Amino acid sequence: MLEVQNVNTFYGKVQALWDISLTVGEAEIVALVGANGAGKTTLLNTISGLLQPASGTIEFMGQRIDGLPSHKIVEMGISHVPEGRRLFTDMSVHENLEMGAYTSRAWKSRHETEKEVYGSFPILKERAGQLARTLSGGEQQMLAMGRGLMSRPKLCIFDEPSYGLAPIVMTEVFDVIKSLREQGITILIIEQNVPRTLEIADRAYVLENGRIVLEGNCEKLLEEEMVKKAYLGL
Amino acid sequence: MDMSLFRSRRLWIPGLALLVLVGLATLPLYGSLYMTILMTAILMYIILTVSWVIFSGPSGYLSLASAAFFGVGIYTSAILLPTKGAVLPVLVVVLIAGAISFVVAVLVGALTLRLRGIYFAIFTFGLVELIKQVLIFFEISVTGTRGRFIMLVDTHTIFYIMLGIFVVLMLTAYFIRRSKFGLALRSIGENEEAAAHSGVNVTMVKVITFGISAVFMGAAGAVIAMRWTYIDPYIAFNPLFSFLPVLMAIFGGLGQFYGPLIGAAIFAYLEEVLLTKFPYYYMLIFGCVLVGTMLFMPMGLTGLIQRGWRRLIGGQHADA
Repeated sequence: MLEVQNVNTFYGKVQALWDISLTVGEAEIVALVGANGAGKTTLLNTISGLLQPASGTIEFMGQRIDGLPSHKIVEMGISHVPEGRRLFTDMSVHENLEMGAYTSRAWKSRHETEKEVYGSFPILKERAGQLARTLSGGEQQMLAMGRGLMSRPKLCIFDEPSYGLAPIVMTEVFDVIKSLREQGITILIIEQNVPRTLEIADRAYVLENGRIVLEGNCEKLLEEEMVKKAYLGL
Repeated sequence: MDMSLFRSRRLWIPGLALLVLVGLATLPLYGSLYMTILMTAILMYIILTVSWVIFSGPSGYLSLASAAFFGVGIYTSAILLPTKGAVLPVLVVVLIAGAISFVVAVLVGALTLRLRGIYFAIFTFGLVELIKQVLIFFEISVTGTRGRFIMLVDTHTIFYIMLGIFVVLMLTAYFIRRSKFGLALRSIGENEEAAAHSGVNVTMVKVITFGISAVFMGAAGAVIAMRWTYIDPYIAFNPLFSFLPVLMAIFGGLGQFYGPLIGAAIFAYLEEVLLTKFPYYYMLIFGCVLVGTMLFMPMGLTGLIQRGWRRLIGGQHADA
């Protein structure tokens, strides 16, 4: 579904990604793990069009998307839930969700989509009229995810969805991610919480200094000495 | 008494609006000529304030260009409606003034709406001076005049055109607020990057709204010029017309739709009273009222009204 080939990305003169290749298949959960500064967010931003790769190609459903502006990429069915949520804090939960459906394709079916989102996140329905800034951290993360789903994406990109959340809320977030896959949405996720992520993901890529150093099935990765040492603390 | 009837805004807001409108439309029948003239001035301030709020309220871009668009309207009137030999009907002149202001705003907006925060405010303020100076130069060196006289127009005609602009403006403001376009505008004020990421064409939304707000400022200028009958560049491009709308909106409270409207109405009336009663001190008293507002009513008049209203109906609900 998503095919990234030999991508190099720069920040000015500094190269942040080196020859990255990865694939995400239909209805898969693929995780990107790695230390801070490894280039995970840079890679996601390159895919969703916020950054342009200097070389390499990115294909989504058989079409080249590298070089397209980000609102075109949203329209094609990739939704990016950014790190730090970036909600419209002085707008209500309902309005934040509507903003997620802003593209003309999603706008027509926004009422039905909103109901579906409330199905996945019942708490948002209770909070529909409240301003986003009055929500708890966990609720805000759910709103950010819900807003991402409002564009009716085929591929959802989550950047650190469990960041700053209490463990119990984290469990909820991971449960939702699993249920999204059951609804047929493909997921690409970055996480600090490596053990939990490897539990729910099918495959994972390990990034270090802008390069992919390991990849494979999650069960296999959990056995790798390097992963155990660096991320699981074993 | 059943209070739930009053609690449903659906009924009483449009009802009240209609009542006020009928009261205004029949004003010349029961009010004095002075009242009609005073009401024309109040409506002008309301139009300037509400049209300023249409753009600057949700987007968060502080525009000080109101006087520029207002002045463009005034000069359109002055040029097209001279004392001798005016060809165009008054209403057409008002429409032309609105259209010219729109074009100026869209051109200026496309160039400057990339600027953020204080830079945008300063540039828009500079625009007023720029147009004024160019006009002074033009009038002196090309037409050889200082000021212009404008054709006499019936007081009631002026009042009704102003009222008409007011009604169209309120409807426009309401629909923008309710529409997808208004949602996009607010999202820009909240977080411009996130808005762009949601698929909003940020530049287009800002420029168009800036233009729409300028239409009403220009139209109001064209009408009030007929009342003033004599204008020169200093009168037409008075920077006060950039600042007053901002102050009136803050006075009324930006949180609610009707805030700027009430603020402008009371403020404009206050100005008139103070100006006639205390011609030398009115700016001083005016300033004190404003400082008092900032200190004791940070949410403006509407904040005060809402607190009182909530106490009256005894509900603990947050505002809708």
